[in-house]
Amino acid sequence: MRWLASIALMLTLLIPLVARAVEPGEELADPKLEARARAISAELRCLVCQNESIDTSEADLARDLRHLVRERLKAGDSDQQVKAFIVERYGEFVLLKPKVDAGTSALWFGPFGLLFVGLAVAYFYFQHRRAQALEGFLTGDEERRLGNLTDVGRRWPDDSNPPR
Amino acid sequence: MARGREDTVIVELGHFALVTALAAAFIQTIIPLIGAARDDARWIAVARPAALAQFGFVAAAFLALIIAHVDNDFSVLNVVQNSHSAKPLLYRISGVWGNHEGSMVLWLQILTLFGAGVALFGSELRPAFQARVLSVMGALGIAFGLFILLTSNPFARVADPPLDGMGLNPVLQDPGLAFHPPVLYTGYVGLAVSFAFAVAALIEGRVDAVWARWVRPWTLAAWTALTVGIAMGSWWAYYELGWGGWWAWDPVENASFVPWLVATALIHSVIVVERREALKTWTVLLAILAFSMSLLGTFLVRSGVLTSVHAFATDPARGVAILLILGVFIGGALALYAWRAPRLAQGGLFAIVSREGALIANNVVLAACAAAVLLATLYPLIAQTLLGRTISVGAPVFEFFFPPMIALALALLPVGVALPWKRGNLHIMSLRLRFAAAAAIGLVALTLAFVSASAWTVFVGLLLAAWVAAGTAFDWSERTKLGRDAFGVTIARAIGLPRATWGMVIAHFGLAICTLGIVVDSTWKQEDAVLLKPGQSVPAIGYTLTLEKIEPRVPHENYTSTRATLRFDRDAKTVLVLHPERRFFALQQTVTTEAAITTTFLRDIYATLGEQRGDQWIVRVQWRPLVAFIWIGALTMAFGGMVSLSDRRYRLGVPMRSRRRPVEVAAE
Repeated sequence: MRWLASIALMLTLLIPLVARAVEPGEELADPKLEARARAISAELRCLVCQNESIDTSEADLARDLRHLVRERLKAGDSDQQVKAFIVERYGEFVLLKPKVDAGTSALWFGPFGLLFVGLAVAYFYFQHRRAQALEGFLTGDEERRLGNLTDVGRRWPDDSNPPR
Repeated sequence: MARGREDTVIVELGHFALVTALAAAFIQTIIPLIGAARDDARWIAVARPAALAQFGFVAAAFLALIIAHVDNDFSVLNVVQNSHSAKPLLYRISGVWGNHEGSMVLWLQILTLFGAGVALFGSELRPAFQARVLSVMGALGIAFGLFILLTSNPFARVADPPLDGMGLNPVLQDPGLAFHPPVLYTGYVGLAVSFAFAVAALIEGRVDAVWARWVRPWTLAAWTALTVGIAMGSWWAYYELGWGGWWAWDPVENASFVPWLVATALIHSVIVVERREALKTWTVLLAILAFSMSLLGTFLVRSGVLTSVHAFATDPARGVAILLILGVFIGGALALYAWRAPRLAQGGLFAIVSREGALIANNVVLAACAAAVLLATLYPLIAQTLLGRTISVGAPVFEFFFPPMIALALALLPVGVALPWKRGNLHIMSLRLRFAAAAAIGLVALTLAFVSASAWTVFVGLLLAAWVAAGTAFDWSERTKLGRDAFGVTIARAIGLPRATWGMVIAHFGLAICTLGIVVDSTWKQEDAVLLKPGQSVPAIGYTLTLEKIEPRVPHENYTSTRATLRFDRDAKTVLVLHPERRFFALQQTVTTEAAITTTFLRDIYATLGEQRGDQWIVRVQWRPLVAFIWIGALTMAFGGMVSLSDRRYRLGVPMRSRRRPVEVAAE
């Protein structure tokens, strides 16, 4: 069991260190809390930038929001509460990852739905084409019955006449 | 320097050339189309000279615009708004397409270049078919010619020429910008040829192996350029935007990625048409969709309906005009498709376990990926219009659905390559693939013996990259019967493989390399941000990092630079020295960060200089393992495309000749 424990330890130690626009001194002392702050920041939009998260932006507003996120975390908020707090002030637009609800279900499930429907359509089209193409050919059973009746309708694999 | 309007009529000549090009486009569209319908050889013969004339006149207009920019002709509005006398020559030239009007002229230039290409190198095409293709391309020329002249005229003069211009966005003043848009546009617009071939085939009601053989090289050329263009854009973002990201799922990145995905599906499905005469209607639809996605991308970028880093000069009126063009061409082509496609003859039959079946699965997955990226890109627009909600769809959403979907395509790749046409055998296939599977698992196990990962997705990612590489390698060894004959015979077989096969092998390897780079960089990159006084040292990303000195405000041509000297030591030895910069452009009051990057095969070290805090500076450093593989992989894919393009069967303008086969090789 010891090797399992050492693998587990290695796995936890090598969680990638990601530090982007976060400035030295901004980080929280508690690494767990800081990791949560980073994860939340990556999902919040820098509102004065073009399509950037507050985690990567150097803008002042982004820095203020990073501070705000960390303060709320220190105050004991859950991740959800922090996001709700920011959304209350800045609106839903601030979330780079909109929450799953009726209005965004097409966004969240659409991609996999498209894939599934695409594969299903391709499969059924394939079956349909095959059935269509084989129409007009006799089935094995029909051919046997016909062969019994006439003894000439029978075809051999190489299209030659059956031996008499 | 700045010439007055009395000095030069070049701008007027350029304007005149553009109007003449429009007239040529009308002739190119109407006469050959009627000629082809009435089977009148003289009217059909108008197509080629008209296409060449349109190209020539657009080239003259484009040249005039370049001259106006190079000459700093500040009586031209476009030059005033986008140039400045202190701007270096390279950026005065590249600045021509660094703005809306100029980039549309470049668009038209490349469209007419392809038109001229079809006119010159399409000698093996049936004349009536060639005339129809050129007619469709002429119609595109009309649409964009009118668009430029009516809404975005780059030759408009100003009544009171100012002494100097307003300059180009500093972020765009980079050698990357000189080459990225032309290459990307070549890919975008090249797909217009596939589109024109598809529409012409629908008009004629004939799609067959010969058609596929004509379409394939043009599509491959466009796909290759698109691949290179996207890779260049990604690399530019990585070193220029200052935070080391190479893909942000920005709307404009997506606008190039969606056509790429569709074009990738197209270059695979057109093989099925060529080899087996199956999937015809689907391939025609893909050819229409690939270019439609290019047009849609142009619309998204130019109209500014989506917020994006690339959206220079956005204007709702232009958006409406492009939307109109979009409606006419996409709507028209799809209506024609709905009308004519059911009449196309059905092709050969095949079992579901076959090369055809695998290529269909590849196409479905790629098309679903493209549709999904498009859906997510447009979703803010949809939510706004239908639900009245203002939402953002950022990278986290794309990272949720895209990797698992594309993983399916990667997982299927070696299977498809291992299967024969028409009917495959699962047992034989699994026998062929078990070596590849074993090799892939072995490689990943070996890798993970040295490094460890925090998430199961990393295992899957590495496994897929190894699976694609191993599957491709084993397929190659099957085709050359490696190890079953003398080595020399194997080599002879390898040389004798068709170029198209080599292209496929190289491109699939490129895909594996790119995947590996993405997985490894995303998983194991390390980044540190530190505050340093000059002379101070701290440990960072496994080195001892010293800020040796800061040289403040060194003047340059059109900016001042603050340059840091960073020393990286390990075990008391200096490993490298980097010089990240912050550039201040006084004209625009803008600061850009110039990252300093050192690349070795296995890793990048990336440093940027942040803002000053008192007497300290923010320094950000990153350790990026295998990050270069991302672009090496993409360029390898593009190289595969080029090798495939050089295949005798598809060589443009070369009459068909039966291919020499020195040694019997496995069927493709």
